Amino acid sequence: MTPDQILFIVTALISTLAAVMVVSRRNMVHAALFLVLTLFGVAVAFVLLEAPFLAVVQVLVYIGAIAILMIFAVMLTRNVTDDSGDPFNKNARVGGLAALFVFSLLVVMFGGWSQFTAYPQAGDTSGSIVQLGVALTAADGYVIAFEVASMLLLGALVGAIFVVWPRQNENE
Amino acid sequence: MVPISWYLIWAAALFSIGLFGVLSRKNAVAILMGVELMLNAVNINLVAFWRYLDVRAIAGQAFAVMVFAVAAAEVAVGLALVISVYRRRQTVAADEIDLLKW
Repeated sequence: MTPDQILFIVTALISTLAAVMVVSRRNMVHAALFLVLTLFGVAVAFVLLEAPFLAVVQVLVYIGAIAILMIFAVMLTRNVTDDSGDPFNKNARVGGLAALFVFSLLVVMFGGWSQFTAYPQAGDTSGSIVQLGVALTAADGYVIAFEVASMLLLGALVGAIFVVWPRQNENE
Repeated sequence: MVPISWYLIWAAALFSIGLFGVLSRKNAVAILMGVELMLNAVNINLVAFWRYLDVRAIAGQAFAVMVFAVAAAEVAVGLALVISVYRRRQTVAADEIDLLKW
């Protein structure tokens, strides 16, 4: 066992267990905090995969913005019946079976792939941030997808503000 | 080094846990959390394929950035809808939001 294998196993175990807690905790604030732990595990995986920019973005965007937004939503929609009673709907058993089925299907399909046990290519990844920046703004790269994503984000944020804007006839 | 199969199996596990959360949780915010788990699993796969197959083709990282943007948009609209529904009907349970059901 090399050090990075041990690091991977610890990271994967912690974040998988935290993900199980996210979907099973009755208390939504606890679920949101476990979601932060899972997202941090994914950030560690990005570091192990030598993608430092994505690791930073993961911490800033996911943990810094999305998880905090989740916690705000949990606190704004607190319900007295939230902390008692069944957190699962009546489809929970079918949902569990479907998730198990998807997991085994994915493992079987990946297992049949010829490069399933491949090790990383020897290659210099130190310039990948520059490469990513160039690819996202070059005309023969992903500039159109990048601009569409930015317009989507702008539209979604304006739409979100419109949806929650208080109206006169709120409680008609 | 770690073979790519470890990343793929881990990401498949995270995806399936997220899928279970989406299919079986009552709380609408918990459903959105399940979607976040699934998107993260996809991101792990994209970056792992970039690192293990061809580091010169940056497509894996570029698509991971797109997934970040789409996830942020999705969670903003989703939480706005949840808060709006909560204001009108005082509930966030997905099976009680049934105005369009007949």
